[in-house]
Amino acid sequence: MQAQTNDDHLVSLPLVRAHIFISVAYALLVVLAGLTYSLQFIDLYPFPKFEFLSPGRVRMVHTQSVAYAWLANVFFGIMMYMVPKLTKKPILSEGFGWFCFWVYNALVVGAVVLILGGYGQALEWGETPKILDPFIAIAVVCWVVNILVGSIWRGRSEPYYVSVWYVLAALLWTPLVYVMGNFLPEYVFPGTGGATITSMYIHDLVGLFVTPVGIAMAYYLLPVLMKKPLYSHALSLIGFWGLAFFYPMNSAHHFLWSPIPMWTQYASIVASVGVHVVVYTVVFNIFATMAQDWSKVYENISLRFLFVGALSYLVTCIQCAIHVTLSVQEIIHFTDWVVGHAHLVLFGTFSFWAFAFIYYLIPKLFGTKVFSKSMAEWHFWLSTLGIVIMDIDLMCAGLVQGTMWKGLSPFIETVIASKPYWWIRTFSGVAILTGEVIFLINLVMTYFSNKQKNSKEVTA
Amino acid sequence: MKNLERFSTIFLVAGLISFLVAFTVLGVWPAFMTDEIKNTAPEITEIPESFREYFDDLDDYKAAIFEGRDIYVKEACWHCHSQYIRPVGREPERYGLVATPGEYQNDLNLPHLFGTRRVGPDLSREAGKRTNDWHFAHLYNPKSTEPESVMPGYSWYFDESVTPPKPKRGAVALVAYLQQLGAWQEGILKNQYDMNTITMPPSPEEQ
Repeated sequence: MQAQTNDDHLVSLPLVRAHIFISVAYALLVVLAGLTYSLQFIDLYPFPKFEFLSPGRVRMVHTQSVAYAWLANVFFGIMMYMVPKLTKKPILSEGFGWFCFWVYNALVVGAVVLILGGYGQALEWGETPKILDPFIAIAVVCWVVNILVGSIWRGRSEPYYVSVWYVLAALLWTPLVYVMGNFLPEYVFPGTGGATITSMYIHDLVGLFVTPVGIAMAYYLLPVLMKKPLYSHALSLIGFWGLAFFYPMNSAHHFLWSPIPMWTQYASIVASVGVHVVVYTVVFNIFATMAQDWSKVYENISLRFLFVGALSYLVTCIQCAIHVTLSVQEIIHFTDWVVGHAHLVLFGTFSFWAFAFIYYLIPKLFGTKVFSKSMAEWHFWLSTLGIVIMDIDLMCAGLVQGTMWKGLSPFIETVIASKPYWWIRTFSGVAILTGEVIFLINLVMTYFSNKQKNSKEVTA
Repeated sequence: MKNLERFSTIFLVAGLISFLVAFTVLGVWPAFMTDEIKNTAPEITEIPESFREYFDDLDDYKAAIFEGRDIYVKEACWHCHSQYIRPVGREPERYGLVATPGEYQNDLNLPHLFGTRRVGPDLSREAGKRTNDWHFAHLYNPKSTEPESVMPGYSWYFDESVTPPKPKRGAVALVAYLQQLGAWQEGILKNQYDMNTITMPPSPEEQ
């Protein structure tokens, strides 16, 4: 392995491994919660009279765990691997890293329990109970300090590599976004003003935390796996500054045609269309780097996850820049189209990139090859199949619902018309769940096969 | 160009300035603008007739509305029901008056409950469209009022030891909350826009 040079002491592998393991376990919880919730739509909900597993609460667990349990853990784990490698400085303190890990995950588990117990909050992507919000903010700040001060500030050797730009900006944005979205609409601004902030928060959580870290991961993996330099440095620059300029201004586009002042809505629509700049530069850069040697992409599972993720990213962002216009909003807002879009972003793109990184990390974390290549293939194909079917299905469902609503069909008729789509959605969820189960088993088996190997070496 | 890749530039310009400018101009500014709009939802001065059998005291009724709101939050009703009417998509014909900022300027909308998905219909003009008993039956078992509904039932807000099940305080509070959503629209015929009361042309099978 070429990449495994003598700078491995920079990274605390047990800490990264703990993050990866717990995040994959959470990923299973996320998919399970989502799948269970989807059964309500096809009249097969297994716990109809059980208060603590009421579908509404299970849905909050689903969306919360996507952001705070699965993506936050896997992203911070990967950052603690990626950033020290790039800046040649370790994180501030490994012990502090473990402290953040345990505190944060205690909070995440607490949030799941409290949401099921009826303490959910009424803010989209911020349903974590009010009582936990300040502590989560503090835990995130600790994480940020550990990486930002430890690796990025101490390792200033300008200019940085492109991944570090993204991580640096994301580490600043994340706590700001979290505090903004969880406190202002809850305590300061009622009604429309609060909705303006919430809209900004819904967008920023994905646009200013998940997206930059995800792109940083992609830019890190590409040269390492392709063994070729990035196609264009200029494109990375445009992509990064485009994101920094346009993404924060996308705010009100989640509540178009609402009582939010119209100029705010127009401004966010213009900025959302500007997202095109970011997407095309990033995606072109990724594909052009891959195009130098496609055979590697066929062979390497990480690069394939990266490839499908980049395709999803392209599709979601084209979707975004089109459906953010007022005329398209009229039909697709409030429908399943948006649900499909959200899944394509968070699963099809960023979870896929996280999977790519995890498969890349496996030999480094466990000191052995992945336990089963065919299980990895199953994970890849089931996830891809699942998300493609789910997105197409939900887009169609959204168009049906939106046009029927505009045609003034009685509301229940639109529900009946949606049911076939909801069945297909559940099946696509089953495919994704199966893929996740296989993935977790594969990881656990890799861990144990390495342990066996080590103990044999010791006895021999 | 090298400047764009330095720690200080990224930290200050990308990390802080770009976010704070967007946050100020497109977040806080419009929020303060709407915050100055006066509340148009009038103070509740008496218990509506349909709730007199559940409440004797006006303050108790007002408290129940907030309890109902909290149940609406904790059961995540807002994930499937929106609370604002857009001027497009023929929504005024289906639901009623287009949403105005003034109607949300009160503590009942802190935090706001706009919602982003309509698995079920919008509820911001729900007041008076249906009877309390319809709501109780629907909350207990949605399929009893609408066989094709995909809404879950909320039986834990009902005392099931008696037949028929009797609404507990939670169910009464939730219905009190629902029945005041848009109740401020004076002079609006409550049933004008109710799809259930519009006579639809007979379907081909019925003809």
